[in-house]
Amino acid sequence: MRVAIAIVALVLGSIVFHLLSPWWQTPLASNWDSIDSALHITLVICAIAFISLNLFLALAIVRFRHRPGNRAHYAPENPRLERTLTFWTGLGIVGMLAPGLVAWGKYVDVPKDAAVVEAIGQQWQWTFRYPGPDGVLGTAGVQYMTPDNPFGVNPLDPFGRDDILVQGNELHLPKGKSVKLVLRSKDVLHDFYVPEFRAKMDLVPGLVTYFWMTPTTNGTFDILCAELCGVGHHEMRGTVVVEPRESFEAWLGQQESFNQLLAMSSPDAVTEMFRKANSCSTPATWGVR
Amino acid sequence: MATTIADDLRPMHHPKTWVGKYVWSQDHKVIAIQYGVTAIAIGLVALVLSVLMRLQLGFPGLFPWIQPENYLQYVSMHGMIMVVYLLTALLLGGFGNYMIPLMIGARDMVFPFVNMLSYWIYLLSVLVLVSGFFVPGGPTGAGWTLYPPQAISEGTPGNQWGIVTMLGSLAIFIIAFTMGGLNYVTTVLQARTRGMTLMRMPLTVWGIFIASIMGLLAFPALFVAAIMMLLDHLLGSSFFMPAMMTMGQESNTQGGSPLLFQHLFWFFGHPEVYIVALPAFGIVSDLISVHARKNIFGYRMMVWAIVIIGGLSFLVWAHHMYVSGMNPYFGFFFATSTLIIAIPTAIKVYNWLLTLWRGDIHLRVPMLFAIAFLFTFIHGGLTGLFLGNVSVDVPLSDTFFVVGHFHMVMGVSPILVIFGAIYHWYPKITGRMWNETLGQVHFWVTFLGVYAVYLPMHYLGILGVPRRYYALGETSFIPESAHLANEAISVAAIIVFAAQFLFFYNMIWNLLRGPKADPNPWGAASLEWQTPQTPPGHGNWGPHLPTVYRWAYDYSVPHASRDFIPQNEPPSAEAPSEEAAL
Ligand code: HEM
Ligand SMILES: [Cu+2]
Ligand SMILES: [Cu+2]
Repeated sequence: MRVAIAIVALVLGSIVFHLLSPWWQTPLASNWDSIDSALHITLVICAIAFISLNLFLALAIVRFRHRPGNRAHYAPENPRLERTLTFWTGLGIVGMLAPGLVAWGKYVDVPKDAAVVEAIGQQWQWTFRYPGPDGVLGTAGVQYMTPDNPFGVNPLDPFGRDDILVQGNELHLPKGKSVKLVLRSKDVLHDFYVPEFRAKMDLVPGLVTYFWMTPTTNGTFDILCAELCGVGHHEMRGTVVVEPRESFEAWLGQQESFNQLLAMSSPDAVTEMFRKANSCSTPATWGVR
Repeated sequence: MATTIADDLRPMHHPKTWVGKYVWSQDHKVIAIQYGVTAIAIGLVALVLSVLMRLQLGFPGLFPWIQPENYLQYVSMHGMIMVVYLLTALLLGGFGNYMIPLMIGARDMVFPFVNMLSYWIYLLSVLVLVSGFFVPGGPTGAGWTLYPPQAISEGTPGNQWGIVTMLGSLAIFIIAFTMGGLNYVTTVLQARTRGMTLMRMPLTVWGIFIASIMGLLAFPALFVAAIMMLLDHLLGSSFFMPAMMTMGQESNTQGGSPLLFQHLFWFFGHPEVYIVALPAFGIVSDLISVHARKNIFGYRMMVWAIVIIGGLSFLVWAHHMYVSGMNPYFGFFFATSTLIIAIPTAIKVYNWLLTLWRGDIHLRVPMLFAIAFLFTFIHGGLTGLFLGNVSVDVPLSDTFFVVGHFHMVMGVSPILVIFGAIYHWYPKITGRMWNETLGQVHFWVTFLGVYAVYLPMHYLGILGVPRRYYALGETSFIPESAHLANEAISVAAIIVFAAQFLFFYNMIWNLLRGPKADPNPWGAASLEWQTPQTPPGHGNWGPHLPTVYRWAYDYSVPHASRDFIPQNEPPSAEAPSEEAAL
């Protein structure tokens, strides 16, 4: 009896907790309302199942708890009932899977006109690269990396010369413009995660991964690393600033390009960069065009 | 070779010395207890580690000796111990060993010597695992998933020695498991007594049987992954290691694939969830049926659900990898296969509930744990649909929502079943009875406590708090109140931890001082309760094996004189056989 009361209390308590707790999704700041609505549909269907199954459990305990003289009913199975339940379960599953898959369909379908921006992870910081005026990121890879070429941009690739390199942990994006975030890691796995954007994706050394989104709200948001990458994992933070087109352009104009970096490096350093690039036997694995 | 199938008692090899009886024992019951005690002992280590983690998360900065590297080591060891060395070992090596021969009417496992070896090799794997705490650099801190490259790269604790002891221990564990698993499968197939058809077996045996088959198919993937990573680490191969930097230096690795490891790991890792869950499903079915005095509802459906879940669970592994960087188009397939598994799983839940309906429910401690399992399993099963549903997983993956989900579904739920099962079978295993009051207190604190621990975690995850974080630090989106949630969770976790000592006290004290137990205190129909001696003697059945006339669920049969009919009772007017009704 007490356990039936406890079950009912836990169900009601969960509902109250859900409604009153201050912990819920952050306000959405991207185009991924389809992810949010898939989540909400899943939540509603699951809540109905949670409440009805547990109330049935409590009711069964109350009504059929042992009292002297009671005897259980003998009923091995009831195929019709089992088929009906299977059918309704299937319907519930389809009800949540459909919006989930539709949202995923959008997630994997990068718009043709999306701007490309690269986020680079390393233990335990973020750096970023923009493609520059030509709109194309030059090839890059650990095999081109030298102390003076920390991004590992291939100096032999003309597309890389105008790339804009951002050393700080700060990414800027213009509001309302779709971006394809191209992700690569210099060392271990990381994950680019901005809770307000809902989107995330792992960075995998040796691969180029990506996802896309459109920022819809001006503001400053935290970038967290969401894949364990060692003792500094919890401190691997960055910020993303979403701002109007004009201030974004202004900011971008102040950043340094690879050409400028080459011009400022000592002749020895530049020689070293080219020596390394020329000695590369393996093709760049990070190249994206 | 000893054949344990026939009534011939001569080849039984009765042990003559104390050492032969309790140490180098080939008796499945002794081996089961060795497995169980070892698993619980190492499980206690994992439990202490979880308290240390909660201390850090609830009261960051208060314990300066918990550094980020320690935290990661606690997380990794806690997770791996709980999943593999506690739950898998206890459910299969412990309950599987004890219950299979007794429930199917055999004298022992078919390969008693291999069975003994299995335990000793398991013990070795535990010792190697524990040695990780004492090697230079301490145990690995790569997470229980051990993803390369970080598992063997700079910046991860234990990347020199700890990872070697972990991978070595896993490989040894898998050898032990394979010996045990082959035994369980062969015994179920070959050693059933007269009349014990497959469709008369208790669901406990079905759950353990299918889980063992799954283990034999899934563990090899982990085994090769462990060996390949050992080669990468010790011999400099590059199975999983791409060209990369490590701490500013170019590594001399090239061309390996970190994703390959993830596929191998989860090809094992997802079935592993069900290797733990299916025995728990089976056991809880039997607890519910016995204590509700009612046959399990839809037995055949329950068996097929176990088989189908077992099969399908090999087709869903990449739902752990939606945002891993694998080809995103796989997401469509894996989301669909994952949500399809929900259907047989839901059927099991309905059938448990319908077993209670119109039953005669005795709310004893084992039944309370079974009911608590239903509640937590419904909760954990439903949150799994969020994570399986690809796009919904994107914001939630690698957050505390995941931590809340998997603890509810594969941490708390099987543990509740294990408690229920220990209370249920203790009188048969020890011949003594535990104390009801202590059992009740243990139940209430554990049940309510774990819900208080895990419910809020889901909400922190929805907010966006990532898992495996030593400290949240400063963020713009996490409200101050979230720290309050973390404190409350930690307090609840410590209370739950403390309550477990009531359980240990209850079990150990009553082993020596408890009142003598009735041989069949719950009036159960399955064979293990019908042994001539309690606890069952060597060879289990005395001079003659039992003969089985009915399924394991003849409870409250109309016109029968008692409300249960043991499986080995021949049909008569007193005990009509209702199986024909199927
Ligand atoms: C009182 C009981 C328990 C408490 C308080 C507890 C607490 C925790 C905490 C705090 C974490 C780390 C969260 C993070 O920072 O990511 C964790 C991780 C984990 N726990 Fe538990 N846990 C308990 C029982 C269990 C049980 C019974 C299992 C069995 C399946 C389990 C399996 C795991 C796993 C697999 C991980 C993930 C490790 C990783 O991220 O690599 N835990 N637990
Ligand atoms: Cu990280
Ligand atoms: Cu899975």
